[in-house]
Amino acid sequence: MFGLNKKDTGILLVVAFLALAAPFILNPFPEGSAMAQFNAGYPDLMQRLVIFGIFAIGFNILFGLTGYLSFGHAAFLGVGSYAAIWMMKLLTMNVVPAIIVSVLFAGLFSLLVGWISLRRSGIYFSILTLAFAQMSYALAYSVLTPITGGETGLQPKYDDPRILDGTLEAGQSPRANLFGLEMNDGFELAMGNWVFTFNAGYYIAAVVMLIAFYLSIRIFRSPFGMMLRAVKSNQQRMNYTGLNTKPYTLAAFVISGMYAGLAGGLLVAMDTQVGAERMFWTASGEVVLMTILGGAGTLIGPVLGAGFIKYMENIVSKINKSVLEQWFAFMPDGIEDVMIALVYPFVGKGWHLTLGLLFMLVVIFLPGGLVEGGQRIAKMFRGKKASDDTTDASKTPAE
Amino acid sequence: MAILEVKNVGKRFGGLQALGDVNLNIAENSCHAIIGPNGAGKSTLLNCLVGKLTPDTGSVMFDGQSVLGRKPYEINQMGISRVFQTPEIFGDLNVMENMMIPCFAKRDGAFRMHALESIGQERDIIAKAEEMLVDMKLIDKREMQASSMSRGDKRRLEIAMCLAQDPRLLLLDEPTAGMARADTNNTIDLLKQIKEERDITIAIIEHDMHVVFSLSDRITVLAQGTPLVEDTPDKIKGHPKVREAYLGEIQEAA
Repeated sequence: MFGLNKKDTGILLVVAFLALAAPFILNPFPEGSAMAQFNAGYPDLMQRLVIFGIFAIGFNILFGLTGYLSFGHAAFLGVGSYAAIWMMKLLTMNVVPAIIVSVLFAGLFSLLVGWISLRRSGIYFSILTLAFAQMSYALAYSVLTPITGGETGLQPKYDDPRILDGTLEAGQSPRANLFGLEMNDGFELAMGNWVFTFNAGYYIAAVVMLIAFYLSIRIFRSPFGMMLRAVKSNQQRMNYTGLNTKPYTLAAFVISGMYAGLAGGLLVAMDTQVGAERMFWTASGEVVLMTILGGAGTLIGPVLGAGFIKYMENIVSKINKSVLEQWFAFMPDGIEDVMIALVYPFVGKGWHLTLGLLFMLVVIFLPGGLVEGGQRIAKMFRGKKASDDTTDASKTPAE
Repeated sequence: MAILEVKNVGKRFGGLQALGDVNLNIAENSCHAIIGPNGAGKSTLLNCLVGKLTPDTGSVMFDGQSVLGRKPYEINQMGISRVFQTPEIFGDLNVMENMMIPCFAKRDGAFRMHALESIGQERDIIAKAEEMLVDMKLIDKREMQASSMSRGDKRRLEIAMCLAQDPRLLLLDEPTAGMARADTNNTIDLLKQIKEERDITIAIIEHDMHVVFSLSDRITVLAQGTPLVEDTPDKIKGHPKVREAYLGEIQEAA
C-alpha cells in the first residue's frame, strides 16, 4: 500500500491507529480516580506528543541513517516557529501559510548551517552545530530582538496587519485556525466515568505527523536512504565508489532541518507564541535523547521516544508531595514519611532524575532503544513457540 | 597504448622524500605489478593515482586526462577503481546492498536525490547486482551482513563491487595481505579469470611474489621512492638489482 511493503504498511497502520485513537488510549483511567493523573489525553499534551514525534522522526533521518549527530536541531525548530508567527502576524491566522513558510525557512537555515558544519564529521560536526544553535539562541535574545521579540517573545496581537484576514471585532483576540476551524475547537465525549477530549488542533497535528512519518518510511526504503546508511557505514568506500558524500549528507541535514521547522510551525499553530528558549541547547539535546531512547535508525523508535519523554515530562513532573502523601496514606506514619522522602527526588521537579536513570538503563541494556526492547520481548514469545528459531535480530536491517 | 602515464611524480612528507622521480606507463589491458620493499613508496604512489594524495611534482594522466586535483570520487567516475589492503566494504549493510551501491554510482553518477523511489522498483540495478553476485559466487550470501563474512569473502565482495562499475583500471593494494594460502590462491584465480574475461587494466601492489609472478605481464620494482627496473616477470626474477633491493644479497659498502 502507498508503495510500501507489507511490513512497513503494518508499521504505518499501527502508528496511524495509535495517533487517531490517542484520546482513548491516553485516557485509560476514569475521571476522579486516583490514577487519573496518569491520563495524558488532554489536547495540549497530545499535541506536543505528535509534534515532538515529527521533530524526532526528522532528526532520525540525519542521525539514524548517516550517523551525523547534530546538537543544534532546536535552532531549526526555533526558526520555523518565528517564521510561522510572522506569517500569522503579517498574513493570516490560517495555519497553512504559517506551516509552509516555517518549513521553507528552516530548510534554508539548515542549508547554511549544514553547508558549513558538514565540512567536519564526528565530534567536530556536533560542536559546530551546537555552536550555531547557541549563536541563534543568543542572537534571538539580543540583537535580533526586533524580529524575535527578545525575552518577551512574540505572539499575534489585535492590531497586527494580517493582510489576508478581515479586521477583528473589538475585544476579539486572533486565534489560529485552518480555514475557519479553530485549533482549540473540539468536543468532549463522556462515557460512564471516562471523559475523552477530541481536539481539532490535535487531529491536524496528528495527520501532519502521519504524512511526515510516511515520508520518512519512503526515505528509509529509497536508494537515497541506502546511500545514507552507506555513508554511516564507510565513507572511504563511498568516495572510492564514485559517490560524493557531501550532497548526500547535506540533503539529509536539510530534510531533517525541514522536519524540525515543521514541528516548530505546528507548535506555533497550536499555541500561538514563541520564545527564544525553545532554541536553547537543552532542547537540541532533548531530541537526541528521544531518538536514542526510542531507537536510532529504526522507523518507529523516534516516535516512541518522543512520546515517552513528553509523557514523562508532563505526567511525572506533576506528581508533587501531596500526591505522594495520598499514595502512601495507607502506610503507618513513620514508613510513609520514609517512602515519601525516597520517592520525592524522582518526581515533580526531579523528573529529570527519573528520565536520566531510565536513559542510562536503556543505553546500557538496550542499545537499540525501546524498539530493541520490543523486539526482545517479541522474540521471547516466539522463542517459546519455536525454540529452534534463532534468527539474530541484529543481523536483519533496521526497520 | 598506455592508459595510465605517470611522469616525474615526486612526493615529500616533511624530511622524507617518499617518491623521488617516478615515471611509469601502464599499458591498456595489461596486468602491471609494482613491487618493492617496505617503505619503497608503493602505497604513496597508489594514493597519488586515486586522489588521496596530491604529488608535489609531476603529472598523472589517465586516458589522456589529468587526475591531479580531482577528488577520489571524481577519479573513480573517470574509470579507476581501487581495492584496499583491508577490504573496505559497507559492513553494516547486507551483501546485496553492498553490491547495489556501485551499480547506482555507475548509473546515476556521484549524486542523485532519489529519496522517494523504492529500491524494489530498481529492476535494472537489482538484476545487475544479482548477476555480479552470481559471477562472484556470493549469491547465496546475499542477505548476510557484510561485516560478518570471512576475510576471503569480503575481498571477493570488494572486488565484485569495483567490477560492477566496469572500471577501465583496477588498482589492487596488496589484495592478499593477511590471507590464508587457500584464500590467496582463490584470489589469484579470481583475478586471472577477471583478466581473461574483461577488457580491464589491472595494477597491483603486492608483497607476495607468488601472486605477482602468477598474474602480472610487467613488473616495476620500486626502491626508495624511485623505480629501479621495469621488465617482464621472467627477467625481473633474475635481475641483480632486484635481488639486491629485495634480498640484500650484495652489500654495498657504507
